[in-house]
Amino acid sequence: MKTYRTHLMVCAGTGCVSCGSLNLKDRLESELKDRGLSDEVKVVITGCNGFCAEGPIMVVYPEGIFYKKLTPEDIPFLVEEHFLKGRPVEKFLYTGPALKEKVPLLKDIPFFQHQVLRALRNRGLIDAENIDEYIARDGYAALSKVLSSMKPEEVIQEVKTSGLRGRGGAGFPTGLKWEEGRRYDSSPKYVICNGDEGDPGAFMDRSVLEADPHSVLEGMTICGFALDAHQGHIYVRAEYPLAIHRLNIAIEQAKNYGLLGKDILGSGFDFDISIYPGAGAFVCGESTALMYSLEGKRGMPRIKPPRSTEAGLWGQPTVLNNVETFANVPPILLKGGQWFASLGTEGSKGTKVFALTGTVNNVGLIEVPMGTTLRTIVHDIGGGIPDKREFKAVQIGGPSGACLPTPLLDIEVDFDSLDEAGAMMGSGGLVVMNDSTCMVDTARFFTDFSVDESCGKCVPCRVGMKVMLNILNRIVEGKGAMEDIEILERLGQHIKESSHCGLGKTAPNPVLSTIRYFRKEYEAHIQEKRCPALVCVDLIQFRVDAEKCKMCGLCKKACPMEAITWEKKTPAAIQLEKCVRCRSCIQACKFGAIE
Amino acid sequence: MAKLTIEDLKRIKEEVRSATVLREGGFRARINIHMGTCGIAAGARKLMSVVLKEIEEKKINDVMVTTSGCAGLCSREPMATVEILGTPPVKYCDLNEEKMKEIFVHHIVNGEIVEAYALARGSETTY
Repeated sequence: MKTYRTHLMVCAGTGCVSCGSLNLKDRLESELKDRGLSDEVKVVITGCNGFCAEGPIMVVYPEGIFYKKLTPEDIPFLVEEHFLKGRPVEKFLYTGPALKEKVPLLKDIPFFQHQVLRALRNRGLIDAENIDEYIARDGYAALSKVLSSMKPEEVIQEVKTSGLRGRGGAGFPTGLKWEEGRRYDSSPKYVICNGDEGDPGAFMDRSVLEADPHSVLEGMTICGFALDAHQGHIYVRAEYPLAIHRLNIAIEQAKNYGLLGKDILGSGFDFDISIYPGAGAFVCGESTALMYSLEGKRGMPRIKPPRSTEAGLWGQPTVLNNVETFANVPPILLKGGQWFASLGTEGSKGTKVFALTGTVNNVGLIEVPMGTTLRTIVHDIGGGIPDKREFKAVQIGGPSGACLPTPLLDIEVDFDSLDEAGAMMGSGGLVVMNDSTCMVDTARFFTDFSVDESCGKCVPCRVGMKVMLNILNRIVEGKGAMEDIEILERLGQHIKESSHCGLGKTAPNPVLSTIRYFRKEYEAHIQEKRCPALVCVDLIQFRVDAEKCKMCGLCKKACPMEAITWEKKTPAAIQLEKCVRCRSCIQACKFGAIE
Repeated sequence: MAKLTIEDLKRIKEEVRSATVLREGGFRARINIHMGTCGIAAGARKLMSVVLKEIEEKKINDVMVTTSGCAGLCSREPMATVEILGTPPVKYCDLNEEKMKEIFVHHIVNGEIVEAYALARGSETTY
């Protein structure tokens, strides 16, 4: 490979691509060519850098300078100043909330400082479409070690030592699952990678697949060797075209190098991987439903046992792991289970990738050691809440998860502590909510999602969730009764206990957790017919409190129906006959004067 | 492409790593070539080519190459600052391709300052 003095790592994760990073790359290349710098400065397209809030992102090595929110028009100036004359351009550097000065280097930015990258070890450092760059970062070294010097039992033992637990949500010990899969003596066996990431606001798996597809292929191949399986399938959401594209390239390259296919690295071991775009149903992320879907049948969960490790795909022993789980495997084999287990908590080892979204300054993809507190995640990495709002809750685990309030910010995030708090690790979606969020409405939203996505096979989930949704709808319309809370709690508990699969077993969590931590809000909706966060339109009076009104007129500007009368130096008033209850005025008012 | 053996894998790793290692830090030395208008006019870009060629030929992967603007001493351009990390940087002036090559071999590779071309110890601040 040719030597360049500078590498420009342009982020081409889905987030940055959608704000134009590919145009940026084209412009960079043409500008570098015009300046005669093409032989000295190299442009590299990487997967998701993680700091999606600041995209499009470019990192300049060797210095490690972080540029944010670049546009193609900025490029000529940037190329002349920095890449020709060596003067980093200050106006494109990062400056965060509560920071007065610009932070030139990526390593000094608080968002990155608290992170430990293992599953995302190559993020922003390699070209996702170039296998050589993966190999240069110890890629396929674990596979070569496994194939040349280890027995399948030793591989499984190493994974068991590491304490790695499934990153898809339930947290089943990976080593144990592999051991089960190996124990059943039936051929063929299958390895499946679950990339059917469906939680609202979650994009961990997508980012791993886009940024480092080979790490997943390598993890799957090692798993295949441990089980004596020769075929792997990746079930990935059809809504992830870029991930599928990069996976296809990666598989092609690995086959060309003989790292997939027959007689891998001359060891005599055969393994192949194919991609299966998902059918688009949330329930297909459930392992047994996913396998039916792979077989071309309707995606519906079935009763266990038998477990998939005994009779999975086509009735054969199958090990199914999540994308992030497989990405964690190669370093475990290369550096040892002990190394992996050195980080984390008693019951949860290693790190976890989270997609941090919602009302938080630094939206993005993060990886932190297990046991990191929610406070660190939301305030130190996430940079706190924008627009001078207050933190209210963090929703963790998607529709199977829970909303955790301020007093639980110091909870150390791992599988067990979240379970105790009535939440769930889930696949790693973290949605931060500020004080303008209504928790009853949030619970209603997730319940609505689960009702839509229920496969309909078992009664508790199909009917029970629908009943819960009806009750919640009544409450947000102001027609709730106090006993509704108790019914919700009792019904939710029943659904958790009697549902068939993981979807039903966890679907009541958003409701149960909001009742547990935000009971007062339910009571306000039911007893006072009032929505404290001013979200549920049926419970808002749309009346201006003349004492709070500062007579600024912002509400009048915001109203699309011209329903607000306002003159300078007089409080505004809403004409209810014209009002369509769109809440534009409430969002516009800076003083909370509309109730 | 023929199928890889374990040795091939190691070979690819070493080859590509030497070209991509600059993304990981861990440098032993740094060469900063002054690329102000004055520096470029006096031939700084040729120095850059020499340096990159040396690095590629000698398969060196622990030397960082950067550029900087005008240092204010336009009459002594082209200039370069060489720093073995942990020791004070040394500024060289009135350079040409041969001198640059000499500096590379003596100072960067062997760690001996080429006093004949040196202007001073110390450097302006860059990121």
